Amino acid sequence: MTAPPAPPRPAQNSVQPLRHSLVLLSVLAIFWLLWSGHTEPLLLTFGAISCLVVTALCRRMQIVDDEGAPLHLGLRPLVYALWLGKEVIEANLHVTRRILDPRLPIQPQLIRLKASQTGDLTRVIYANSITLTPGTVSVDIQGEEIVVHALTRTAADEDKSGEMDRRVTRLEGSDR
Amino acid sequence: MMFVTAMAAILVTMILALLRARRGPTVFDRILALNMLGTKTVLLILVVGFLTARPEFIDLALLCALMNFIGIVAVLRFSKYGHFADR
Amino acid sequence: MRTQGALLVELLELLINVLSWICLLTGSFFSVVGGIGLLRLPDFYSRLHGGGITDTMGAGMIILGLLLQAVLTGLVAATVTPWLIAAKLIMVFFFLMITSPSSCHALAQAALQDGLQPKLPDQTDS
Repeated sequence: MTAPPAPPRPAQNSVQPLRHSLVLLSVLAIFWLLWSGHTEPLLLTFGAISCLVVTALCRRMQIVDDEGAPLHLGLRPLVYALWLGKEVIEANLHVTRRILDPRLPIQPQLIRLKASQTGDLTRVIYANSITLTPGTVSVDIQGEEIVVHALTRTAADEDKSGEMDRRVTRLEGSDR
Repeated sequence: MMFVTAMAAILVTMILALLRARRGPTVFDRILALNMLGTKTVLLILVVGFLTARPEFIDLALLCALMNFIGIVAVLRFSKYGHFADR
Repeated sequence: MRTQGALLVELLELLINVLSWICLLTGSFFSVVGGIGLLRLPDFYSRLHGGGITDTMGAGMIILGLLLQAVLTGLVAATVTPWLIAAKLIMVFFFLMITSPSSCHALAQAALQDGLQPKLPDQTDS
Protein backbone atom coordinates (compact mmCIF):
# COMPACT_ATOMS: atom_id res chain seq x y z
CA MET A 1 0.00 0.00 0.00
CA THR A 2 1.60 3.23 -1.08
CA ALA A 3 0.77 6.24 0.94
CA PRO A 4 -0.24 9.27 -1.09
CA PRO A 5 2.27 12.10 -0.95
CA ALA A 6 1.68 14.13 2.14
CA PRO A 7 0.27 17.55 1.44
CA PRO A 8 2.73 20.33 2.26
CA ARG A 9 2.21 21.44 5.80
CA PRO A 10 0.94 24.94 6.19
CA ALA A 11 3.70 27.13 7.51
CA GLN A 12 3.12 27.34 11.22
CA ASN A 13 3.92 30.51 13.01
CA SER A 14 4.05 28.66 16.33
CA VAL A 15 7.65 28.52 17.46
CA GLN A 16 9.18 25.42 18.99
CA PRO A 17 11.52 26.71 21.67
CA LEU A 18 14.28 24.46 22.89
CA ARG A 19 13.01 24.82 26.44
CA HIS A 20 9.83 22.93 25.55
CA SER A 21 11.79 20.12 23.94
CA LEU A 22 13.96 19.78 27.03
CA VAL A 23 10.92 19.63 29.28
CA LEU A 24 9.31 17.05 27.01
CA LEU A 25 12.50 14.99 27.06
CA SER A 26 12.75 15.00 30.84
CA VAL A 27 9.07 14.14 31.25
CA LEU A 28 9.53 11.22 28.85
CA ALA A 29 12.61 10.07 30.76
CA ILE A 30 10.78 10.21 34.10
CA PHE A 31 7.87 8.25 32.63
CA TRP A 32 10.23 5.66 31.18
CA LEU A 33 11.95 5.17 34.52
CA LEU A 34 8.69 4.95 36.45
CA TRP A 35 7.00 2.57 34.09
CA SER A 36 9.90 0.20 33.48
CA GLY A 37 11.64 0.26 36.85
CA HIS A 38 14.83 -1.01 35.21
CA THR A 39 18.27 0.29 36.10
CA GLU A 40 20.57 -1.95 34.01
CA PRO A 41 22.95 0.08 31.81
CA LEU A 42 21.88 -1.58 28.56
CA LEU A 43 18.19 -0.98 29.16
CA LEU A 44 18.86 2.55 30.34
CA THR A 45 20.64 3.23 27.06
CA PHE A 46 17.66 1.89 25.12
CA GLY A 47 15.37 4.07 27.18
CA ALA A 48 17.45 7.17 26.54
CA ILE A 49 17.50 6.43 22.82
CA SER A 50 13.75 5.97 22.66
CA CYS A 51 13.15 9.20 24.58
CA LEU A 52 15.39 11.08 22.16
CA VAL A 53 13.70 9.53 19.13
CA VAL A 54 10.24 10.43 20.41
CA THR A 55 11.31 14.01 21.09
CA ALA A 56 12.81 14.27 17.61
CA LEU A 57 9.61 12.88 16.07
CA CYS A 58 7.49 15.34 18.02
CA ARG A 59 9.65 18.23 16.79
CA ARG A 60 9.29 16.94 13.26
CA MET A 61 5.51 16.81 13.69
CA GLN A 62 5.71 20.38 14.98
CA ILE A 63 3.68 19.65 18.09
CA VAL A 64 6.26 20.85 20.64
CA ASP A 65 4.68 24.22 21.32
CA ASP A 66 2.73 25.85 24.10
CA GLU A 67 -0.06 23.34 23.54
CA GLY A 68 2.08 20.22 23.63
CA ALA A 69 4.08 21.34 26.66
CA PRO A 70 1.98 23.94 28.49
CA LEU A 71 4.76 25.48 30.55
CA HIS A 72 3.13 28.88 30.64
CA LEU A 73 0.36 27.61 32.89
CA GLY A 74 2.85 26.89 35.66
CA LEU A 75 1.51 25.20 38.76
CA ARG A 76 -1.92 26.80 38.57
CA PRO A 77 -3.56 23.66 37.07
CA LEU A 78 -2.77 21.78 40.30
CA VAL A 79 -4.79 24.20 42.41
CA TYR A 80 -7.55 24.09 39.82
CA ALA A 81 -7.53 20.27 39.83
CA LEU A 82 -8.10 20.22 43.59
CA TRP A 83 -11.06 22.59 43.28
CA LEU A 84 -12.41 20.54 40.37
CA GLY A 85 -12.14 17.37 42.45
CA LYS A 86 -14.29 18.92 45.16
CA GLU A 87 -16.86 20.04 42.57
CA VAL A 88 -16.90 16.57 40.97
CA ILE A 89 -17.59 14.88 44.31
CA GLU A 90 -20.46 17.28 45.10
CA ALA A 91 -21.98 16.83 41.65
CA ASN A 92 -21.64 13.06 41.98
CA LEU A 93 -23.63 13.03 45.21
CA HIS A 94 -26.31 15.23 43.63
CA VAL A 95 -26.73 13.11 40.50
CA THR A 96 -26.60 9.87 42.51
CA ARG A 97 -29.53 11.05 44.65
CA ARG A 98 -31.52 11.90 41.52
CA ILE A 99 -30.82 8.55 39.87
CA LEU A 100 -31.72 6.48 42.93
CA ASP A 101 -34.90 8.49 43.56
CA PRO A 102 -37.83 6.27 42.51
CA ARG A 103 -39.58 9.24 40.86
CA LEU A 104 -36.47 10.03 38.79
CA PRO A 105 -36.77 13.83 39.19
CA ILE A 106 -34.68 15.03 36.26
CA GLN A 107 -35.12 18.03 33.99
CA PRO A 108 -32.87 17.48 30.97
CA GLN A 109 -32.12 20.72 29.17
CA LEU A 110 -29.73 22.20 26.68
CA ILE A 111 -28.03 25.41 27.75
CA ARG A 112 -25.46 27.64 26.09
CA LEU A 113 -22.50 28.87 28.05
CA LYS A 114 -20.06 31.55 27.10
CA ALA A 115 -16.43 30.42 27.18
CA SER A 116 -14.41 33.51 27.98
CA GLN A 117 -11.03 31.80 27.43
CA THR A 118 -8.85 33.01 24.61
CA GLY A 119 -6.63 29.97 24.12
CA ASP A 120 -7.67 26.66 22.59
CA LEU A 121 -6.02 24.68 25.36
CA THR A 122 -7.84 26.42 28.20
CA ARG A 123 -11.11 26.22 26.30
CA VAL A 124 -10.65 22.48 25.99
CA ILE A 125 -9.85 22.33 29.71
CA TYR A 126 -13.11 24.16 30.38
CA ALA A 127 -15.18 21.90 28.13
CA ASN A 128 -13.58 18.80 29.61
CA SER A 129 -14.19 20.04 33.15
CA ILE A 130 -17.86 20.52 32.31
CA THR A 131 -18.04 16.97 31.00
CA LEU A 132 -16.10 15.56 33.93
CA THR A 133 -18.61 17.03 36.36
CA PRO A 134 -21.53 14.60 36.39
CA GLY A 135 -24.86 16.14 35.50
CA THR A 136 -23.45 18.25 32.69
CA VAL A 137 -21.94 17.18 29.38
CA SER A 138 -20.53 19.58 26.82
CA VAL A 139 -22.12 18.54 23.55
CA ASP A 140 -20.72 21.02 21.05
CA ILE A 141 -18.37 23.96 20.84
CA GLN A 142 -19.54 26.71 18.50
CA GLY A 143 -16.97 29.48 18.47
CA GLU A 144 -17.26 31.28 21.78
CA GLU A 145 -20.15 29.21 23.03
CA ILE A 146 -20.32 25.76 24.51
CA VAL A 147 -23.55 23.81 24.17
CA VAL A 148 -24.12 21.87 27.38
CA HIS A 149 -26.62 19.14 28.11
CA ALA A 150 -27.60 19.30 31.77
CA LEU A 151 -29.41 16.48 33.55
CA THR A 152 -31.09 18.57 36.23
CA ARG A 153 -31.94 22.20 36.78
CA THR A 154 -29.55 22.34 39.76
CA ALA A 155 -26.68 21.12 37.61
CA ALA A 156 -27.55 23.66 34.91
CA ASP A 157 -27.68 26.52 37.43
CA GLU A 158 -24.35 25.43 38.84
CA ASP A 159 -22.73 25.87 35.44
CA LYS A 160 -24.63 29.05 34.61
CA SER A 161 -23.14 30.70 37.68
CA GLY A 162 -19.92 30.85 35.65
CA GLU A 163 -17.53 30.13 38.49
CA MET A 164 -15.81 27.34 36.59
CA ASP A 165 -15.47 29.60 33.56
CA ARG A 166 -13.79 32.27 35.68
CA ARG A 167 -11.43 29.80 37.29
CA VAL A 168 -10.35 28.30 33.99
CA THR A 169 -9.85 31.77 32.52
CA ARG A 170 -7.67 32.59 35.50
CA LEU A 171 -5.47 29.62 34.48
CA GLU A 172 -4.32 31.63 31.50
CA GLY A 173 -2.82 34.10 33.90
CA SER A 174 -3.64 37.10 31.76
CA ASP A 175 -4.99 39.01 34.74
CA ARG A 176 -2.39 37.89 37.22
CA MET B 1 -11.93 -9.83 50.93
CA MET B 2 -12.28 -6.15 50.04
CA PHE B 3 -10.85 -6.77 46.60
CA VAL B 4 -13.49 -9.44 46.02
CA THR B 5 -16.21 -6.95 46.97
CA ALA B 6 -14.87 -4.35 44.55
CA MET B 7 -14.55 -7.00 41.88
CA ALA B 8 -18.15 -8.09 42.35
CA ALA B 9 -19.35 -4.49 42.07
CA ILE B 10 -17.34 -3.96 38.89
CA LEU B 11 -18.73 -7.15 37.40
CA VAL B 12 -22.30 -6.08 38.25
CA THR B 13 -21.67 -2.73 36.55
CA MET B 14 -20.31 -4.53 33.50
CA ILE B 15 -23.46 -6.65 33.32
CA LEU B 16 -25.62 -3.50 33.54
CA ALA B 17 -23.58 -1.93 30.74
CA LEU B 18 -23.98 -5.07 28.64
CA LEU B 19 -27.74 -4.96 29.19
CA ARG B 20 -27.77 -1.38 27.91
CA ALA B 21 -25.63 -2.39 24.95
CA ARG B 22 -28.16 -5.12 24.13
CA ARG B 23 -31.21 -2.91 24.54
CA GLY B 24 -29.87 0.53 23.56
CA PRO B 25 -32.11 1.88 20.81
CA THR B 26 -29.43 3.91 19.01
CA VAL B 27 -25.91 2.97 18.00
CA PHE B 28 -24.60 5.69 20.33
CA ASP B 29 -26.14 4.00 23.36
CA ARG B 30 -24.24 0.89 22.42
CA ILE B 31 -20.98 2.79 22.01
CA LEU B 32 -21.55 4.46 25.38
CA ALA B 33 -22.08 1.08 27.00
CA LEU B 34 -18.98 -0.25 25.26
CA ASN B 35 -16.96 2.72 26.52
CA MET B 36 -18.11 2.07 30.06
CA LEU B 37 -17.32 -1.61 29.68
CA GLY B 38 -13.81 -0.64 28.65
CA THR B 39 -13.26 1.59 31.68
CA LYS B 40 -14.57 -1.16 33.93
CA THR B 41 -12.20 -3.63 32.29
CA VAL B 42 -9.27 -1.40 33.25
CA LEU B 43 -10.48 -1.30 36.86
CA LEU B 44 -11.13 -5.04 36.88
CA ILE B 45 -7.60 -5.76 35.71
CA LEU B 46 -6.23 -3.48 38.43
CA VAL B 47 -8.29 -5.14 41.15
CA VAL B 48 -7.44 -8.63 39.94
CA GLY B 49 -3.77 -7.66 39.95
CA PHE B 50 -4.03 -6.67 43.59
CA LEU B 51 -6.14 -9.71 44.46
CA THR B 52 -3.57 -12.14 43.07
CA ALA B 53 -0.62 -9.93 44.13
CA ARG B 54 0.76 -9.71 40.60
CA PRO B 55 2.04 -6.19 39.95
CA GLU B 56 2.53 -6.80 36.21
CA PHE B 57 -1.21 -6.50 35.76
CA ILE B 58 -1.02 -2.76 36.18
CA ASP B 59 0.88 -2.40 32.91
CA LEU B 60 -1.87 -4.33 31.18
CA ALA B 61 -4.40 -1.95 32.67
CA LEU B 62 -2.51 1.08 31.35
CA LEU B 63 -2.33 -0.43 27.89
CA CYS B 64 -6.00 -1.37 28.03
CA ALA B 65 -6.99 2.19 28.92
CA LEU B 66 -4.99 3.57 26.00
CA MET B 67 -6.38 1.07 23.50
CA ASN B 68 -9.91 1.66 24.73
CA PHE B 69 -9.63 5.40 24.16
CA ILE B 70 -8.16 4.98 20.68
CA GLY B 71 -10.82 2.40 19.81
CA ILE B 72 -13.71 4.61 20.88
CA VAL B 73 -12.34 7.61 18.97
CA ALA B 74 -11.86 5.44 15.89
CA VAL B 75 -15.43 4.16 16.03
CA LEU B 76 -16.75 7.71 16.48
CA ARG B 77 -14.68 9.04 13.59
CA PHE B 78 -16.08 6.26 11.47
CA SER B 79 -19.64 6.99 12.47
CA LYS B 80 -19.07 10.70 11.79
CA TYR B 81 -17.25 10.62 8.46
CA GLY B 82 -18.09 7.13 7.21
CA HIS B 83 -14.42 6.33 6.59
CA PHE B 84 -11.16 6.29 8.51
CA ALA B 85 -9.14 8.50 6.16
CA ASP B 86 -7.97 11.92 7.23
CA ARG B 87 -10.78 14.30 6.19
CA MET C 1 9.87 2.43 73.63
CA ARG C 2 10.14 -0.30 71.03
CA THR C 3 6.73 -1.71 71.80
CA GLN C 4 5.21 1.72 71.57
CA GLY C 5 6.71 2.15 68.09
CA ALA C 6 5.36 -1.24 67.04
CA LEU C 7 1.94 -0.28 68.33
CA LEU C 8 2.04 2.95 66.32
CA VAL C 9 2.93 1.06 63.16
CA GLU C 10 0.09 -1.35 63.76
CA LEU C 11 -2.36 1.50 64.34
CA LEU C 12 -1.20 3.21 61.15
CA GLU C 13 -1.66 -0.03 59.24
CA LEU C 14 -5.16 -0.43 60.60
CA LEU C 15 -6.02 3.17 59.73
CA ILE C 16 -4.81 2.82 56.14
CA ASN C 17 -6.64 -0.48 55.79
CA VAL C 18 -9.90 1.00 57.03
CA LEU C 19 -9.52 4.02 54.75
CA SER C 20 -8.86 1.83 51.75
CA TRP C 21 -11.90 -0.32 52.63
CA ILE C 22 -14.05 2.80 52.72
CA CYS C 23 -12.66 4.03 49.40
CA LEU C 24 -13.19 0.68 47.68
CA LEU C 25 -16.75 0.41 49.03
CA THR C 26 -17.75 3.93 47.96
CA GLY C 27 -16.13 3.33 44.60
CA SER C 28 -18.08 0.11 44.15
CA PHE C 29 -21.29 1.83 45.21
CA PHE C 30 -20.92 4.71 42.75
CA SER C 31 -19.87 2.34 40.01
CA VAL C 32 -23.08 0.33 40.40
CA VAL C 33 -25.15 3.54 40.67
CA GLY C 34 -23.72 4.66 37.35
CA GLY C 35 -24.68 1.32 35.86
CA ILE C 36 -28.22 1.69 37.20
CA GLY C 37 -28.36 5.20 35.75
CA LEU C 38 -27.25 3.86 32.40
CA LEU C 39 -30.24 1.55 32.43
CA ARG C 40 -32.82 3.81 34.06
CA LEU C 41 -32.36 7.20 32.41
CA PRO C 42 -34.77 7.89 29.58
CA ASP C 43 -32.70 9.06 26.61
CA PHE C 44 -29.18 8.86 25.24
CA TYR C 45 -27.99 12.28 26.37
CA SER C 46 -29.05 11.73 29.97
CA ARG C 47 -27.47 8.29 29.94
CA LEU C 48 -24.15 10.01 29.33
CA HIS C 49 -24.40 11.36 32.88
CA GLY C 50 -24.81 7.85 34.25
CA GLY C 51 -21.62 6.83 32.53
CA GLY C 52 -19.99 9.96 33.95
CA ILE C 53 -20.61 8.84 37.51
CA THR C 54 -18.89 5.50 37.07
CA ASP C 55 -16.01 7.10 35.23
CA THR C 56 -15.28 9.76 37.83
CA MET C 57 -16.35 8.70 41.30
CA GLY C 58 -16.39 4.94 40.71
CA ALA C 59 -13.00 4.69 39.03
CA GLY C 60 -11.44 7.41 41.19
CA MET C 61 -12.44 5.91 44.52
CA ILE C 62 -11.47 2.36 43.56
CA ILE C 63 -8.06 3.53 42.35
CA LEU C 64 -7.63 5.57 45.53
CA GLY C 65 -8.37 2.47 47.60
CA LEU C 66 -5.84 0.44 45.63
CA LEU C 67 -3.33 3.28 45.98
CA LEU C 68 -3.65 3.16 49.76
CA GLN C 69 -3.00 -0.57 49.66
CA ALA C 70 0.11 -0.04 47.54
CA VAL C 71 1.36 2.62 49.95
CA LEU C 72 0.73 0.25 52.86
CA THR C 73 2.75 -2.49 51.18
CA GLY C 74 5.48 0.01 50.42
CA LEU C 75 5.67 1.09 54.05
CA VAL C 76 5.89 -2.50 55.29
CA ALA C 77 8.03 -4.14 52.62
CA ALA C 78 10.69 -1.43 52.21
CA THR C 79 11.22 -2.26 48.51
CA VAL C 80 10.76 0.08 45.59
CA THR C 81 8.17 -1.97 43.66
CA PRO C 82 5.06 -0.90 45.60
CA TRP C 83 5.99 2.75 45.10
CA LEU C 84 6.32 2.17 41.37
CA ILE C 85 2.87 0.61 41.46
CA ALA C 86 1.55 3.62 43.31
CA ALA C 87 3.01 5.95 40.68
CA LYS C 88 1.47 3.89 37.90
CA LEU C 89 -1.91 3.93 39.65
CA ILE C 90 -1.78 7.71 39.82
CA MET C 91 -0.98 7.80 36.11
CA VAL C 92 -3.87 5.48 35.27
CA PHE C 93 -6.09 7.80 37.29
CA PHE C 94 -4.97 10.95 35.47
CA PHE C 95 -5.19 9.20 32.17
CA LEU C 96 -8.77 8.11 32.82
CA MET C 97 -9.69 11.61 34.01
CA ILE C 98 -8.46 13.07 30.72
CA THR C 99 -9.73 10.48 28.26
CA SER C 100 -13.15 9.76 29.75
CA PRO C 101 -14.57 13.28 29.25
CA SER C 102 -12.91 13.43 25.84
CA SER C 103 -14.61 10.30 24.59
CA CYS C 104 -17.84 11.33 26.32
CA HIS C 105 -17.79 14.68 24.50
CA ALA C 106 -16.86 13.06 21.18
CA LEU C 107 -19.76 10.64 21.60
CA ALA C 108 -22.25 13.43 22.38
CA GLN C 109 -21.05 15.54 19.47
CA ALA C 110 -21.21 12.63 17.06
CA ALA C 111 -24.75 11.87 18.21
CA LEU C 112 -25.84 15.50 17.81
CA GLN C 113 -24.35 15.77 14.33
CA ASP C 114 -26.04 12.53 13.42
CA GLY C 115 -29.33 14.26 14.18
CA LEU C 116 -30.26 12.51 17.40
CA GLN C 117 -32.42 14.99 19.27
CA PRO C 118 -32.30 15.13 23.07
CA LYS C 119 -35.58 14.50 24.83
CA LEU C 120 -36.37 17.77 26.56
CA PRO C 121 -39.48 17.87 28.76
CA ASP C 122 -41.42 21.08 29.34
CA GLN C 123 -39.25 23.51 31.20
CA THR C 124 -42.18 24.44 33.44
CA ASP C 125 -42.72 21.15 35.25
CA SER C 126 -40.25 20.09 37.88
